[in-house]
Amino acid sequence: MGPAGAERHAGAWLLVLPAALFIFGFTNVPLLATLVSSLYASPIAGHGGGFVGLDNYRDLLTDPGFRTSVFNNLIYAAVTVPVSVVLAMLMALGVNAAIPGRATLRLSFFLPTMLPMIAVGAIWLFFYTPQYGLVDRFTRFAGIGDINWLGDTATALPAMMAVAIWKQSGFFMIFYLAALQNIPPVLREAASLEGVSRLYFFRRVTLPLLGPTTLFVTVTAAINAFCVVDHVVEMTQGGPDNASSLLLYYVYQAGFRDWDLDTAAAATIVLVVILGMLAALMFALFGRRVHYR
Amino acid sequence: MSIGCSFASPGRIAGIAAMWLFGLLWALPLLYAIWAAIHPPLYATEFELRSPLTLANFAQAWHAAPFARYFLNTVLLVAFTVAGQCVLATLAGFAFARLEFPGRDLLFAALLLQLMISPSILLVWNYREISWLGLANTIPAMGIPYLGSALGIFLLRQNFRTIPSELDDAARLEGCSLLGRLWKVYVPLSRSTYVAFALTSIAYHWNDFLWPLVISDSVSTRPLTVGLEIFATPDQGVQWSLVTAATLLSSAPLLAAFLIFQRQFVQSFLRIGIR
Repeated sequence: MGPAGAERHAGAWLLVLPAALFIFGFTNVPLLATLVSSLYASPIAGHGGGFVGLDNYRDLLTDPGFRTSVFNNLIYAAVTVPVSVVLAMLMALGVNAAIPGRATLRLSFFLPTMLPMIAVGAIWLFFYTPQYGLVDRFTRFAGIGDINWLGDTATALPAMMAVAIWKQSGFFMIFYLAALQNIPPVLREAASLEGVSRLYFFRRVTLPLLGPTTLFVTVTAAINAFCVVDHVVEMTQGGPDNASSLLLYYVYQAGFRDWDLDTAAAATIVLVVILGMLAALMFALFGRRVHYR
Repeated sequence: MSIGCSFASPGRIAGIAAMWLFGLLWALPLLYAIWAAIHPPLYATEFELRSPLTLANFAQAWHAAPFARYFLNTVLLVAFTVAGQCVLATLAGFAFARLEFPGRDLLFAALLLQLMISPSILLVWNYREISWLGLANTIPAMGIPYLGSALGIFLLRQNFRTIPSELDDAARLEGCSLLGRLWKVYVPLSRSTYVAFALTSIAYHWNDFLWPLVISDSVSTRPLTVGLEIFATPDQGVQWSLVTAATLLSSAPLLAAFLIFQRQFVQSFLRIGIR
């Protein structure tokens, strides 16, 4: 390889450089810098700062706000993920069948996903308003009485979950719909000739064929559960008493309200580790699926 | 019971009814917001069928906050981000697909880290970086962390690799330069990938909130999402008719685009999602 080869290499590097600069500059480098700064204490008045090892992480563990946020986030994921997935599957099965008005139904399910989370938050703020909100009218009608959904520690987190489920299920529906439409009608016909019950057909044929979609949708929903906190910022600011705080919201608060950058850095790394585990899980599961093909 | 159920068996009718109830329940939050937005404030939460319809809330909301400016900011932000992403991803995607250079595979793997860790969760450090660059509170600042898109590079690289190299060779024989071949052969043959990526990215950045919230700090940079959040959560006295009207107004362009290009949007999401 002579100088011409070197020139070609230089050309290739030039093509890659701009994109690589931005990705490294705002993803890889910040990640590394966050990791490093999570091991240091910032110099503040009275303290010199310097390398502190895992002290920032130990401080995190003793911070009730952090513990609550992580705990909330795990519950939040454990509920929003399966509920969204099941609802999305039901929606798809419903609108895939030849029923009257299915275009309208599909739109009703899908429209929330095209709204910004902030618009969804505003709509649900109204929906949840004590006395005026539709939810409160229903509960009063049912004789349960007034509930301040966003202001009560018992209901604030479930209220956030409902918002997330409403926003994302319709998005997952389109993936199920596409998968359902890929199931050869021959299978259905054969089953029908054999006199197989619908439920049996669903359990033994449809559900396994939807497997890869379920896997993809589950991972996406799990990532959303840890990466989307717009509604928390808008509707409850994590309150009352941290009842609806999630991990990324904790990071946001530590970084931009308390200006406690060491804590924010350590909490960010915890979030990164969780996302890394989700990615590893996805690779492991998808990797196995590839062998089937 | 055999599977070939007759057209209107009771079970089927019950199933359809259940589906409709489900659909109606799902639409309720949006319908309630629409109701409040198109009636005078007095009727916002009163279900009086004969209550007068009005568009005054929209007009009033539009003037109650600088929504025109917010719209402009969002359009500029989205245009800047998506255009930048497409250009950078085209160049890099081509190099990764068709050129040999030392360190290529290692670099590619390092860039793919972004598929797992989005810049949006590294907001504390990115805020420091953008401030250090002196770009805080500018419109480009809201897009810069996203300009290099691992997803875009990945998708275009995949697509570029499927383009027959005979086409490339033919163009080369005609004396086409590298960039010329990229522009005349590769880009036109990847149109559907660009559409899919651009639509997904537009939907993402039009709706993005947390990063713009921390990095924008004035009317002249704030995008719609941040403006709407400020408008929807005032310190006192929420006027629901105005808030719902503003919410619908700010969601309208993307909703309209979606209704017109429904198929393209759905196809794009499917394509980007299932890989």
